[in-house]
Formats: sequence, structure tokens, C-alpha cells
Amino acid sequence: MELLNNKQPVSSRLFILSGLLLLSAGLIFGLTGMLQYLIPGFLKTHLSFEKIRPLHVSSVVFWIIFAAIGSVTNYVQQHTGRAVYSRLLMKIQWFLFSITTILILISYCIGVFGGREYWEFPPLLALPIIIGWILFIFNFIKSVATFRNQPVYVWMWLTGVVFFLFTFLESYLWVFPYFRNNIVNDMTIQWKSYGSMVGAWNMLIYGCSIFLMEKISGDNKYGHSNIAFALYFTGLFNLMFNWGHHIYTLPSHHFIQYISYTVSMTELVILGRILWKWKSSLSEAKKHFHYIAFRFLVAADWWVFLTLLLAIMMSIPGVNVYTHGTHVTVAHTMGATIGINSFLLLAFAFDILHVNCLGAVPYTKYFSRAFWITNLSLFVFWISLILAGVEKARWLMSANRIPFSSMMLQIRPLFYILFISGFILASALLIIIYPLIKRQFECYFSMMSNTTVSSEAEI
Amino acid sequence: MATDRQKVVIAVFLSVSFLFYSFYLYFSMPFKGYIKDQEACDGKMVWQHYNCNACHQIYGLGGYLGPDLTNEYSLKGKDVINAFLISGTSTMPVFHMSEKEMNDLVAFLKDVDRTGSADPRTFTIYPNGTIEQ
Repeated sequence: MELLNNKQPVSSRLFILSGLLLLSAGLIFGLTGMLQYLIPGFLKTHLSFEKIRPLHVSSVVFWIIFAAIGSVTNYVQQHTGRAVYSRLLMKIQWFLFSITTILILISYCIGVFGGREYWEFPPLLALPIIIGWILFIFNFIKSVATFRNQPVYVWMWLTGVVFFLFTFLESYLWVFPYFRNNIVNDMTIQWKSYGSMVGAWNMLIYGCSIFLMEKISGDNKYGHSNIAFALYFTGLFNLMFNWGHHIYTLPSHHFIQYISYTVSMTELVILGRILWKWKSSLSEAKKHFHYIAFRFLVAADWWVFLTLLLAIMMSIPGVNVYTHGTHVTVAHTMGATIGINSFLLLAFAFDILHVNCLGAVPYTKYFSRAFWITNLSLFVFWISLILAGVEKARWLMSANRIPFSSMMLQIRPLFYILFISGFILASALLIIIYPLIKRQFECYFSMMSNTTVSSEAEI
Repeated sequence: MATDRQKVVIAVFLSVSFLFYSFYLYFSMPFKGYIKDQEACDGKMVWQHYNCNACHQIYGLGGYLGPDLTNEYSLKGKDVINAFLISGTSTMPVFHMSEKEMNDLVAFLKDVDRTGSADPRTFTIYPNGTIEQ
């Protein structure tokens, strides 16, 4: 793969390409899981839901991690104007992550689990990820070289890489009996770590989105502005202290609820900022909408708004009592991982992979249609999940509960809508990313067979 | 515009607060000094070994295909739990657990049940938005 393009930061492209393959797998596993909701017993013997769910979750989480690492590494090089400190370390990291990801997916298929909610795998397989991440931190810090007078996105990347390692290590404290000997203790620390871990990878992704936005607009004032740093510190504050909204209903310390509730409300500042900037964002969107990458940035903006609105509501404990344990939580997760994380990562993927040794990826009218279908189907998917969640909440709060299986039968029509919209969403996403993946492999094979390299290879 | 020094001060203050909060939690766990019996400890590992969380929830956290099992022990009892483990359901496979594994898992669910209620109907919601079990 080194031959993909010798003028480009190849290793970063390799991370993104691996991420795209994992996204494709994650979509297929997700649809399979949905089918198991609709057809009881589907693949029950060999690939039952307790295998499919982690296959789906880990594929998607690794898509986010691979693509985020690739994007940060690529943009750091563009930002500094220098190559990454050590390409060898990057290759070792890619090798460690790739082998581990494959082993993790295989372990699920043969029924070997870590058994944690939600990102889980046998603890031994966490070791290569920890080693790979330490290499990433070292390489990142050496590549940036100086942290004086850096724009906000460099701060966000640094925060993201450090906090990811901390939270990942913290999520394995359960291996010590002291932490796991009581379910409430165990779940408190588990959700502390996972809640903050999402914030950590969001730092990597949002940092890249600010970099890309500045690159497209040609205006680099925002990255050094006070408002950018004010929003960054608000995000960091939330990353550190708002994780408690996952466990309001757990009989844990009361102060966790109060701290988390108070801190979460500071996100209203971010929501207010989005509404305040809406008009100017729209005019900016019209100006740059012809860029494929920019379209995903705009779509993600809408999903940030919708997801943040839902997240703030769910962060009020009195509301959370109704939404907790229902599909409203899944709606929030899907809005965040698809609408925000994946759309932003696709923006970076298009920005970085769009041109390779064979020139620009040819995009036709299909792309534009698929883009709109992706957004519309995701919206239907999201609304269906919220409605299913409302139905489950009504069941949870009803004085005379019918059996769980009867409640699931009642909301089955919504699961049909979920599957259909999910199928359309996955198909549209695959249509969008397929040419990108195909072109990377074509480039690789053409280089292998020594065919002519286009001058467009040099961006 | 804020200087690098001011930004570093804020970042360090937040990081130190975060570390203090983290370590305070580690050393003052909600159920500090709680020791459960060996059967329940082993049952926790059975729960993880079979990835029960993929379909079931505890305190509303976990999968959505099956019911929340936090208070299943007091609601349904040992025999019903065992019946499900032995026969499975239309969606839940038969895991062919050994007798020890089943006993351990039931002990774990009994232990979970003792920690509190996951039934949202039992919660008190205060006008300021906070809740209490």
C-alpha cells in the first residue's frame, strides 16, 4: 500500500481506507441485527444477536477510530507543512490496529467476548490498542513539534489523543476485583470512562472539521479566535464531567447526578451559538456546496443541532427517567455516530482520498442523489427510533405492564420502518463510499503493474 | 485574544479537577467495602462470558432485544430464570450452560437485585429536574 501515492502522506490514507472498509462491514452487521428484530430466530444458531451486536458496534467504533487517526495525521502534516515525525511508527500502529481489529471480529464470531456494554472485547486484545495509541501520541506530539500559538484544532487533537488513552485504560479497571465486585461500582466507572471516551474521539473529529472548514473557506482567523477557544473549553468541561447523564438511574452517588446535570446544561451555550450562526452558515453553505467534503460538513451541522437538542433534554434527570433504557437513547447514539461522526469523517475521507494516483474520483449524479437519500433516510430512521422509545417509555411507566414480548410486538411496525429506512441509509452510504474505496485499490494495482501515474496525484 | 499562558492555566485547572474527581470516585465507590459471595462473583463473569448485555439491560443499560434483568430475581424468581436459561426463547439461543454456570448467574442476578430498583415508576422527580430513587 506504500505505493498508493508516493507524494502523499500514504499511511494516513491507509487508515482512512481501512476505516471505510470497517464502515461497510458495520452497516451490513447493523442490517443483519435489525433483521433479527423482525425475524425471531434469524441466524440464531450460528450468528445470534449477542454476536451480531458487538460485530456491528466494534466495526463502527473502529471505523471512527481508524478514520479519525488518518484524518488527524494527514491534517497535522498539512498544518505544519512537514511529513509526520515517523512513518515507521504509523505503519506499526496501523499494523497493530488492523491485526487486533480482525482478531476482535473473529473472537465475536467464535463466541469469545469481553461482555461489557457497549464496546467490548477480550481484555488481552486491548493491549495492542494501548501500545498503538501510545505510538500515536508520541508521533503526534513530535510531528506538531511546538505547541506555542497553535490554533484551536491542535489543542483539540492533543486533548483527544491524551483523553482517549486515559479513558480507554479506565474502561479496563473492571479487571480488578475492587472495581467489579459490585455492579453499581462497576457500572459507575464503566460509564465514566465510556462517556468521556466519546468526548475524546469527538475532540479529534471536531478539530479536523475546523481545520477543513478553514481550508475550504481560506480564512484561518476562527482557529485562533476567543470564541473558538471558549467553545473548546466548554466541550472539554463536558467531556470531563457530564458523563453522569448515562447513569442517573443507577443508585450511585447523588453528587454525580448534580455535577453532570449542571455541566450538561452548559451545552446550551453551544446550541445557542449554532442558532446564532445559522444564517451566516447557510450563506457559506451555498457558496461551497459544490465541494463533496463540504456537503458532509453542512449535513453534520444539522445533525449536531438535532442531536444536541435531544442530548440536552436527556441530560435533565427528570426527562432521562422516561428516555433511559428506551430507543430514544439509541436515536441519540445513531444521530451522533452517523449524522455527526460519520458525516464529518466522510468529509475528511473525500477531502483526503478524493484525488489519488489515478486522478480525481469520478462522481456522477448518483452521488448527489445518494447524499440526499442518506440524509432523508437517516432522519426517518432517527424519528422511528424516537417513536419506538416513546412507546417503550409508555410501557415502562404504565401501571399494569403487559409482558415485554407483547410490548415488542406492539412496536414492531416501527421496527419495519427502522429496517426499511436503515436499509436505504446503508445502501446510499455504500453507493457514496464504494467509488472512493474502489479507486484506492485501482490505484494500488495500477502502481503495482507500473502503469502511468497521473500528474494529478500531487495535490 | 487570550494568550497561550491563559489557555494553559484553564486547561491545567480543568485537568487537575478531572483527575481529582476521578481518583475521588475510585477511592469512594458508591458501594465501598461491598463483598459479594464467590458464586455471585463467578456469575458476573458468566454474564460477561455469554455477552448477556448484548440483549439485556441492567439499570437500563445494555441491549434492547430482551428485557431489563435488574430486578428479575425478585420479580420472577430462580426457577423462571433457570427455565429461560435451559430452554431459550424464539430469539434467545440455548447456551448449554453447566449447572454451576446457571447457579452462578442466578446468584449474580440475585446480587444485582439487592442493589436497588430499576423501575422508573418508583423514582421521585423533583421540580428542579433532579430525581431520587
